[in-house]
Amino acid sequence: MNIHEYQAKQILDDFGVPTPHAEVASTAAEAKEIASRIGGRVVVKAQVHAGGRGKVGGVKLVNSPEEAEQVAASLLGTRLVTNQTGANGVPVEKVMIAETLDIKDELYISIVIDGDLGAPVVMASTEGGMDIEEVAEHSPEKIFRVAGDPLIGLTTYHARDIALALEVPAKALRATTKLITDLYRVFIENDCSLVEINPLVITEDDQIIALDAKINLEDDALFRHPELAKLRDPNQQDPLEQRADKADLAYVKLDGGRVGCMVNGAGLAMATMDIANAAGAPPANFLDIGGSADQGRIEEAFKIIMADDDVEMILVNLFAGIARSDIVAQGIVAAANETNATLPIVVAMRGTNSEEGIKILADSGLNITGAPDLAGAAVAIKRKLQEMGNSN
Amino acid sequence: MAILVGSDTRLLVQGLGRDGSFQASRTREYGTNMVAAVHPGRDGQKFEDAVPYFSTVAKAVEETGANTGVIFVPAPFAMDAIIEQVDAGMELVVCITEGVPVLDMVKVMEYIKDKPTRLIGSNCPGLLSPGSKAKVGIVPGNIVRPGNVGVVSRSGTLTYEAIAQLVQYGMGQSTCVGIGGDPVHGTTFTDVLELFEADDETEAIVLIGEIGGIREQLAADYIKEHVTKPVVAAIAGQSAPAGKRMGHAGAIVTGKAALASEKNKALAEAGVHVVESPALIGAKMKEVLGS
Repeated sequence: MNIHEYQAKQILDDFGVPTPHAEVASTAAEAKEIASRIGGRVVVKAQVHAGGRGKVGGVKLVNSPEEAEQVAASLLGTRLVTNQTGANGVPVEKVMIAETLDIKDELYISIVIDGDLGAPVVMASTEGGMDIEEVAEHSPEKIFRVAGDPLIGLTTYHARDIALALEVPAKALRATTKLITDLYRVFIENDCSLVEINPLVITEDDQIIALDAKINLEDDALFRHPELAKLRDPNQQDPLEQRADKADLAYVKLDGGRVGCMVNGAGLAMATMDIANAAGAPPANFLDIGGSADQGRIEEAFKIIMADDDVEMILVNLFAGIARSDIVAQGIVAAANETNATLPIVVAMRGTNSEEGIKILADSGLNITGAPDLAGAAVAIKRKLQEMGNSN
Repeated sequence: MAILVGSDTRLLVQGLGRDGSFQASRTREYGTNMVAAVHPGRDGQKFEDAVPYFSTVAKAVEETGANTGVIFVPAPFAMDAIIEQVDAGMELVVCITEGVPVLDMVKVMEYIKDKPTRLIGSNCPGLLSPGSKAKVGIVPGNIVRPGNVGVVSRSGTLTYEAIAQLVQYGMGQSTCVGIGGDPVHGTTFTDVLELFEADDETEAIVLIGEIGGIREQLAADYIKEHVTKPVVAAIAGQSAPAGKRMGHAGAIVTGKAALASEKNKALAEAGVHVVESPALIGAKMKEVLGS
């Protein structure tokens, strides 16, 4: 789960990680008030769940409270489109007003789980302020990595090693070591999937400060952090993804797709997307209906696909183990009738009660083409595209 | 022979709620020797009037000699169940439960590092050896056939798809192993490849990977050095965009190595028969085995 920068900053504050003085505003008037309270030059930062906001005017330096008010007014209530959002962008409902610092050096630090090591890994680099993926690609030797011990955590001497690798001034060594240890605690104690400070800065007076903060929380662990679960901001999500979340469906909207996909199981869902794509019809979504989906959830899943204007046809691929094909079929028919769906639907249905499921679909009067398997589904999609006169 | 599960499997099922009970029934129907059920508070009762219940794994093992455990308990309790089974000396533990917090799995992996127990999962469909009618997990028993192809996969239903394709082309399976879709998991591709390579009954191997991580590349390295049997591989998620999690917690492109194209390349360079589409697994294996 993504959270906003101002929420991440609050968590850092709670764990004693130094951050700039900053407050969040929902109105331009509040922004002005905060800017005058902080005093001097401040930075106004749009609070959105997407990177790349600086390049599109989502982060602005201002010289006075009045200017802060103007910039806040121009951002609040708009949608920000960055290279990490879809064409619709994400709404700016809050801005953060932060003090500016005299910066001597920009560094990078992050913590993620390394699945292959089976441990949290701290990654640090002297190349702060840059896209870390690019650093990894072009100068991997500039990224310093240390794995935390799964049972002991990150020892102070490891944190000091990282601080030394960051080449911080001697005066800041102790504070940096503590900051790294505290960040690691933030990661572990909140069940994060990502803690990233980019940039981590050294000020002219040798203070170490987390200038920016990005924290992602692990969805699977939110059950033990009810207070963090409340930080969810559904408005930052794609509306269809938001709807899917409510129905407990794993759904990801994909840009530029044509075929709505409905599948049970994540691996099979990806494979189904791949065969649609290879057949000349890019997938409009990833959708895993899960194992024990009841009819209500199937109906909602189908309606979510139908609500996507990009969808020109639907591909259902079910290999029922725990799920029951007849219930899935009933859900599809009910939802299709309710939404007056006339789009072509290609269906491959195998496993538990698949004969009953296929019969329910065949008798439904819907525009359905049966396929025996994944390969058959690819052929059926190609044929449908040709019938639609746009096989590309 | 098959691998990991067979005629000497003595199965313990932990967590007999709605899904666990349903799956335990299918497991017994298939013919697996289920000897114990663990569900606190049901001591003295029997699952399906046949299999004794116990409140603890240790007691169940002491009374029944169970050597293989499968876990269906809810995610918040999965770490505890795995450790309980490891402490009871189980040879093989299979954790079906999905949604186990990754930091719990990090601790589990550290805890079992020097212990004799092998863990499969979490978030996996388990495994099945058709020749000896041994099923541990949720792979449907009616889709498999006894034979000589070993199947190893990060996915659940995509594994069933591959099995169905093999059967369609007249090929049965020695053992089908789902290692799971979580970023931190027990038994890896490499572990299973080693077992298949050593298994007399396995003539060829199907490997099904996904985007995310570097485990497929590690498998490719291992195959290049150690595997003499033909391997057919498919990687799901070629059309998935970077940065979006595709259902499985591990299925997310977070760097170049996580891409399907990179995995395909590494496997092809290791001499693996990589299929462009997951729909072609059966056909390719037929061609490779030339029968």
